[in-house]
Amino acid sequence: MTSSTTAVRPPRTRGGRTAHPFLRYALRRVLTSLLLVVGVTLVTFVLTNLVPGDPVAAALGQRAAEDPAIVAQFRATYGLDQPLVVQYFTYLGNLLHGDLGVSTTTHNPVVDDLAKALPATLEIALGAIVLSVIIGVVLGTIAAYRRGKASDHVLRVVSLAGLSVPTFWLALVLYYVFYFQLHIAPGSGRLSSDFSTPPHVTGLTTVDALLAGQLDTFLDAASHLFLPVLVLTLYTVGLLTRFVRTAVLEILDQDYVRAARAKGLPTRTVIWSYVLRGASIPILTVVGLAFGSLLSGTVLVEAIFAWPGIGSYAYQAASHLDLPGIMGVGLLIGVMYLLVNLIVDLLYGVLDPRVRLAS
Amino acid sequence: MSEPRLPFADPRDGAPAGPRDGVRPGMLDPIEAAAPRWRRPRLRLGRWSAPLGILGAAVAVLWILIALFAPVIAPHDPLAQDLPILQPPGEGTLMGTDALGRDVFSRVLWGAQVTIPLALLLVVLSVLIGAIVGSVAGFFGRAVDEVAMRVTDLVMAFPTVILAMVIAAALGASLVNAVLAALIVSWPSYARLTRGLVLGLRSSNYVVSGQLLGFSAFRSLGRDIAPNIVGPVLVLASLDIGTAILLLSGLSFLGLGAKPPTAEWGSMVSDAIKNFDAWWIGVFPGLAILTVVIAFNFVGDALRDALDPKSATIKGGGTTL
Repeated sequence: MTSSTTAVRPPRTRGGRTAHPFLRYALRRVLTSLLLVVGVTLVTFVLTNLVPGDPVAAALGQRAAEDPAIVAQFRATYGLDQPLVVQYFTYLGNLLHGDLGVSTTTHNPVVDDLAKALPATLEIALGAIVLSVIIGVVLGTIAAYRRGKASDHVLRVVSLAGLSVPTFWLALVLYYVFYFQLHIAPGSGRLSSDFSTPPHVTGLTTVDALLAGQLDTFLDAASHLFLPVLVLTLYTVGLLTRFVRTAVLEILDQDYVRAARAKGLPTRTVIWSYVLRGASIPILTVVGLAFGSLLSGTVLVEAIFAWPGIGSYAYQAASHLDLPGIMGVGLLIGVMYLLVNLIVDLLYGVLDPRVRLAS
Repeated sequence: MSEPRLPFADPRDGAPAGPRDGVRPGMLDPIEAAAPRWRRPRLRLGRWSAPLGILGAAVAVLWILIALFAPVIAPHDPLAQDLPILQPPGEGTLMGTDALGRDVFSRVLWGAQVTIPLALLLVVLSVLIGAIVGSVAGFFGRAVDEVAMRVTDLVMAFPTVILAMVIAAALGASLVNAVLAALIVSWPSYARLTRGLVLGLRSSNYVVSGQLLGFSAFRSLGRDIAPNIVGPVLVLASLDIGTAILLLSGLSFLGLGAKPPTAEWGSMVSDAIKNFDAWWIGVFPGLAILTVVIAFNFVGDALRDALDPKSATIKGGGTTL
């Protein structure tokens, strides 16, 4: 690491203007992410073109597909006679116009379906990520502080168990126990049938209900959120706890933490201002990763709660082999994941000056 | 020390050798000087991880035995639809029957035969591909490295399950395709890990001095580097068996893996969605997944404790722990 030498070097200038180091860092990260977005579209394009079976025959039917003239015309109309590179750019152009094709299950444009489903997924994903970050950081820090003690071992077993649970099964079990047996949790969907959806502002039912001042609708929506969020949280908490423990352990060994403790600072101050501040970068990294596993989790979990989000849509598309639908979900989640990791990267630069100066 | 030492003798043999050919007296033998003494990895088992690891190993072995002997143990044909439908557990069958009158217990036992071997195969193949790509990229660097790493970037740009789902759907729903999809998404973490380790070792004295003696790249990688990276890769692999089982059963749950009549745990859980009140249809196959995964994870965790390669988790990339 040459961070000490780069830190004293004045920012490089270009075209006579001093480029702010953070801006330079941010620009580089944004460009890398854009390249990866192009990569993601390349993956979905290749996969769409990989489909076994002739799309022409599928679209035209057997009899028409036997007539070479009709086939040639069809291929020309849909650009299938063009070289793959040209087809890829057409595909990219369509994507930029928001054209993701038409779902073969719902017969709607995929982009409309996804736009309708996205807020529902965001609602549980945001709930789960906030909850799991809070719980994971607290548990991970406790485990690191009590390294080798009973509570550390218990937390380790619990988090490992949490990572071993098939989320789709856990969702099923919790739904069965809390809804079918105990009647504590509300049924499936985002709202009970006697509530109407609050006026659309953000698409998040809880927020919209609050904005409309409908407290009972908010409570009902929140109670519907409970189980899906719980299932997703249980999985990500395991991941976060383990990573936070490792990150905190590493920081606890540092001299500055030892100095802070020797100085007699209260434990709370040491943890918040020294340990967690120092561990913030690895913790952020895991939050980015956890978000990915959370998005995967929604695909496996939503269908069970009949939660009308991206996950249910993906489940439906997958079980009907609805390729445009699946590719749309893949593209959307891929881009969302890249976006989250871009934000994480940018936050690195905010939190740790060495990152933006050294790179 | 009468027999002549081969110039290619493993430097870790540790036998105090006389001056090697080409090494003048008084000059320090580069290999002898630089080679780390081969030590058995010190087993540092925590007070709790050892018993848990042993418990995990026992459960894992039990499941492997079940997979091997499912045809003998299972009381019914897993595909035969000859029992009363939706019968609760205890009334004639141990785990009840499903909506088609098949014995859930027998299906759970047979399910082990589907998932466990495929997950093991998947991990072995990912390790092989990842290790080869990673060591070639790390050792030769330059363009090879650049291309390999950009490909791993691309795969890791997606959340694992999502990319596997997309690939499995494009290839068409079948178990083989699900394994292929899972393989495509899981080799990069090994490639990353191996590359990082190889990169670190490539410039170490004993590898460099081996190269000065004219060892081929193949020999350097195979004899000098490989033994030193086995530990971390093994730990990642052992923790990955659980992930592989979850991934494969998840794909089957989505309908992208095992085809309907097959007794596969993920698709059995999926069957339960249509029959919520018949809880036994989904609970038992899910418990099977949970116990197998937890068992392998405990083993992997204990192994990690024993070998303590910190790098396995931190540099290993995003897909597993």
